[in-house]
Amino acid sequence: MSATAIIEIYVFILAGFVGFLVITRVPPLLHTPLMSAANAISAISLVGSIVAAGSDRNTVSTVLGLIAVTTATANMVGGFLITDRMLKMFRREPDVKPEERK
Amino acid sequence: MIYRELFIQATYLAASIFFILGLRSLTKAEAARKGMQMAAVGMLLAIIGTLVHHEIVRYDVIAVGLVIGTIIGYPLGMKVPMTAMPQQIAISHVLGAIAATLVGVAEYYTHLQRTGTVETATMAAIGLEVLLGGLTVSGSFMAFGKLQEILPGRPITYRGQNAVNLVVLAGAIGLLIYLVINPAHPALFYTMVGLAFLFGFFLVLPIGGADMPVVISLMNSYAGLAAAATGFAIGNNVLIIAGALDGAAGFILSIVMSKAMNRSFGNVLFGAFGSPAAGGQGKSTEGLKINSITAEDAALRLAYARLVIVVPGYGMAVAQGQHQVRELAELIEKQGGEVQYAIHPVAGRMPGHMNVLLAEANIPYDKLLDIEEVNGEFANADVALVIGANDVVNPAARNDKTSPIFGMPILNADQARSIIFLKRSVNPGFAGIENELFYDPKTSMLFGDAKKSLSALVQEVKAITSGT
Repeated sequence: MSATAIIEIYVFILAGFVGFLVITRVPPLLHTPLMSAANAISAISLVGSIVAAGSDRNTVSTVLGLIAVTTATANMVGGFLITDRMLKMFRREPDVKPEERK
Repeated sequence: MIYRELFIQATYLAASIFFILGLRSLTKAEAARKGMQMAAVGMLLAIIGTLVHHEIVRYDVIAVGLVIGTIIGYPLGMKVPMTAMPQQIAISHVLGAIAATLVGVAEYYTHLQRTGTVETATMAAIGLEVLLGGLTVSGSFMAFGKLQEILPGRPITYRGQNAVNLVVLAGAIGLLIYLVINPAHPALFYTMVGLAFLFGFFLVLPIGGADMPVVISLMNSYAGLAAAATGFAIGNNVLIIAGALDGAAGFILSIVMSKAMNRSFGNVLFGAFGSPAAGGQGKSTEGLKINSITAEDAALRLAYARLVIVVPGYGMAVAQGQHQVRELAELIEKQGGEVQYAIHPVAGRMPGHMNVLLAEANIPYDKLLDIEEVNGEFANADVALVIGANDVVNPAARNDKTSPIFGMPILNADQARSIIFLKRSVNPGFAGIENELFYDPKTSMLFGDAKKSLSALVQEVKAITSGT
């Protein structure tokens, strides 16, 4: 296995670990925005799609890349917009302090 | 040349950091919006970084894709109603996974064309990419069909289903292993892609509507892992990092959802919940009596209650009754009562579904309580108002060992002084399990469409409050 591949596996595992630590702390209240946010971030495939579409390697790559750029962009735009729309709706009760619940 | 490469890597690093910060901001509702806008900026940086890459020459093709994608994506983000969030997420998974799969196919084709072979590590990454991508495309598409009710929501099962699924999956994995050793077999490669599609389709076929939260979370995880595999295939760290983050998010949510149903992953995927084969349907409720109630009487009880706990379920989402719920709550609060909301983790069709709908109706989020916070409160509640929910308040989960939902954590609505169910009929819920709470002497049923019932309650409570 090449050195690069090993570094890439390190990066993957460490990023997954960070993700695990951060995401376990997201309250159930925001689980839907979390999912749409994670989904928007997974539109990072767009980076790979741009390379496939724009490198002028062969017709197959260009055509498939074009479709991939289109769907990944749709995923990204839709994902970030709807996450923002949702998060905008979450608000606290105005002025009144939330009373003790326990 | 080196500066260009440095610039590209800097944008990728910044994007990775912004993604992590964005996800971290979701631990607090007040900070979340800003944090996610930052993540969007990170995405923009990563795109700019990629566009200046020296291999990129066909900007026209990229521009066409970006424009069409934006035209499709904008309504997906801005026009879809909140009640359709689960479908929106499912279709987004389809779009993202299509991109990952096609990039994998393009990479494979290009490698073969250039060198006649594919390097082992790259082949493994491409293989995993199209496998995960392919099954996410068809699996999420099936989930979308079920959620949109194009397909029947009930589990579709047949004899030997699990065996068929396993054979398809084993075939795809076997081909992957073979291709890693002997990459130059395009026919086998495309067969593998086909099997991955088939597997995603078969995987979701037997899964019922009530189990959709787990499926969607799982697809989220696969979509992320497919993106990460793309990163391995093209040697790009930002893809690996973002994919790992997404994979972790989906994985954690799947576990949370499974736990909330007291079921293992495997049981959700291969158990076909609520199918006739599931066996025990719990205690028989034959001969027990149902108390139905009129909106007028129910309103009377609500208007004079000191504490009302609303338990929303999928029925409220279907009827889009969340705004009427808020109206009703405001009237009760005007009378001096308090209203809280008890949100079960699997209420609805996706994680957090109810929270989003109630937030949309302008209900402050500090009143939306999760199961641990609210369960102690029910004993103090005068009325538990259960709107289109069923299994999440079924006491059989606590005390009937023969029930398929035994052991699932439930909301203790049965401990309230009285319970009012807004429901279309006494038919058992999605899981097909009888609910003995319907027959409890403390329980009253207000039959009808949730939204109509809620509007009637609003009218009646108004009449009472203006009359006094």
